[in-house]
Amino acid sequence: MRKVGVIGAGMTLFRRRLQETGKEMCFEATKMALDSAGLTRADIDMVVNGTAPDAFDGVHMKGEYLLDGCGGYRKPYTRVFTGGGTGVFSSIAGWWHVASGLADAVLVVNEEKMSSCQPHPQSVFAHIWDPILDRPLRPNLIWIFAMEMNRYMHVHGVKKEDIARVAVKNKRNAVGHPCAQLADPNITVDDVLNSEVMAWPVQRLDISPPSDGASAIVLASEDFIRRRKIKDRAWMSGVGWCIDSTMWTDRDLYFPEYVARAAQTAYKRAKISDPRRQIDFAEPYDPFDYKELHHLEGLLLARKGEAPILTREGVTERDGDLPVCPSGGLMGVGNPIAATMGQKIGELFWQLTNQAGKRQIPHEVHTGVAQAWGDLMQYGSVVVMSS
Amino acid sequence: MSERIKKWPGVELSAADLNEGKVTQTRFRPNAKYAWSAGEAMSRFLAELQNGRLIARTCHSCKRILFPPRMFCESCFRPTDEWTFIQDTGTIETFSISYLDTDAKRIPDPILVGVVSIDGASPKMGMMHYFGDMTKEQIRIGMRVKAVWRPWEERRGSVLDIRHFGPLKEDAK
Repeated sequence: MRKVGVIGAGMTLFRRRLQETGKEMCFEATKMALDSAGLTRADIDMVVNGTAPDAFDGVHMKGEYLLDGCGGYRKPYTRVFTGGGTGVFSSIAGWWHVASGLADAVLVVNEEKMSSCQPHPQSVFAHIWDPILDRPLRPNLIWIFAMEMNRYMHVHGVKKEDIARVAVKNKRNAVGHPCAQLADPNITVDDVLNSEVMAWPVQRLDISPPSDGASAIVLASEDFIRRRKIKDRAWMSGVGWCIDSTMWTDRDLYFPEYVARAAQTAYKRAKISDPRRQIDFAEPYDPFDYKELHHLEGLLLARKGEAPILTREGVTERDGDLPVCPSGGLMGVGNPIAATMGQKIGELFWQLTNQAGKRQIPHEVHTGVAQAWGDLMQYGSVVVMSS
Repeated sequence: MSERIKKWPGVELSAADLNEGKVTQTRFRPNAKYAWSAGEAMSRFLAELQNGRLIARTCHSCKRILFPPRMFCESCFRPTDEWTFIQDTGTIETFSISYLDTDAKRIPDPILVGVVSIDGASPKMGMMHYFGDMTKEQIRIGMRVKAVWRPWEERRGSVLDIRHFGPLKEDAK
C-alpha cells in the first residue's frame, strides 16, 4: 500500500450555534484546507464526507446535501458515518482512497450542525436506542456515559477529583485554540466538582455540550507530495478501527476493548511495538473528561487504571512527557461530533508541522495518535501520524 | 488551527437570535411514527416477561447463556440452540443517579438507572433498568437485586412489565 500524507487542514469556529448552513460551514473549512495545501478543487481526485446522524440537521441524505460545500461536485464522493467515531474514521476512509492507488489527492470534510434540532439535540439521541430493550425506559444518552464512568471509577477506585483534572487541563489547553467554544484559563478542579449534577457521576463541567462546526483535511500520496514539492506534511503511518456489539449491557464497561483492538491494528501498521515509548503525544476522544482516561488505557498508552495517576502527576500536560489533547480536545474546543476531526487529525498535522502556535508542544514530537469513539459505546477509530 | 491563519470563519448566534426571530430562518416539525415487529427472539422474551419470567438462549459452541436472548450467536456466528429460563435476580454492575429526563430536562427527584447482570446468564450479561425501593445513598455497585414485577393485569409484554429492580433480601444479611 502507498504512503499517505496529510498536507492541509482547516476548520470553522466551533460554537453552540452558527449562522452558516452546513454547506456554508463545509465550504469554509474545505477552502481553508485547500489553501493551506496550496491546491485547488481541480487537484482533488476524490472526496470523503463524514457527518453523524441525519436527524441533527433534519436532512436525510445529509452527505448529498453537504456535497457542494465539501468540494465533491461531479467527483467520486462518499459519505461515511460511524457515530462519534466518524471524527477520525472519515480520515481512514480518505487514507484507503490514496493508499490503494485509486486517488492521488483526496479531501476529507466533516460537518455537524447540532443547533438546528430544537429545543436540544438530546431528543434526537433517543433514536439511537434499541426500540424493544432500551427505548421503553426512555433513556437519556448521558445515562449510559454516567454508567460507564461509574463502572470505570468503581473498578479502579478512581476519584472524581482526578477525572475533573482532565476537564481543567483541556479547557486550559483550549485557550490557545482560536476556534474554541469552551476555553477557560481560570477553571479549577473545584469548579468542575461543584458544577450541577446532571446524571451522577456526570456533572455539567464533565461534559462537552452540543456544537456547530466543520473541519477538513487534504490527503495525498507520497509521489504527489514530492511532485508538488509540498513541504508541510505528516504521514498517516497506521490506521485501525473496530466495533463491539450494540448489546452494550453484555460487556464490562470499565475497559474499551474495541479501542484496544483498533489501536493494535494501527500500531502494527505503524511498526509500533511499545506505544508508551514510541508515541510522543495523543489526541484521544474526550466528549466527557473520563473518556480521555478510558481511551488512554484503550490506546495502551497507560495501564488499566493508570491514566488518572499520569494525569495527576502532570504527565499528560502540554509540557509533560506524554501531552494529551494539546488542542484542548472536545472538552475545550467543542464537540460538533464528526467535525472534531479538527482537534484530532487536524491537531496532529499542525503539531507535527510546527504550526500550532500557542498550542505547540514545547519539546520535539515526531509521532502522535488520534482516536475517536462512538455509537453505543462500541466504536473505536485510531490513526497514528508521524513527521 | 494553524498559526498562519488569521481569520476563522463562523458567525455565532445566541438562542435568542433564533427564538426571537432575529435571524432569517425556516422551521419544520416532522411527524414520524414507527411500529417495530419484535422478531423471533424478542417476541418470546416479551411474552415471557408478561408471564413474569426472564428467558435466555444457549449457544452450544461458546457455551454461553445469552441474555438478552438472540436467535444467532454474534461470536460463533451460528444459530443459537435452546431456550432456557434464568432467574429474575442479579447484581448491579453500574448505575447513575439522573437528574435529567429523556429530553435532558431537569427533574427534582432523580431516576436510579443502571445495568443489572442477571443470575443464570453468562457473566456480565444483563439489561438496563430502573432501580427502586432504595435511596440514592443506598444504591451501590455489587448490590444484589430482584425484579419487582407489575401486577399480572398491568403487564403488556414490555421491559416495563418489570417496574424496577429492588433490593434482594439476602443483601441485608
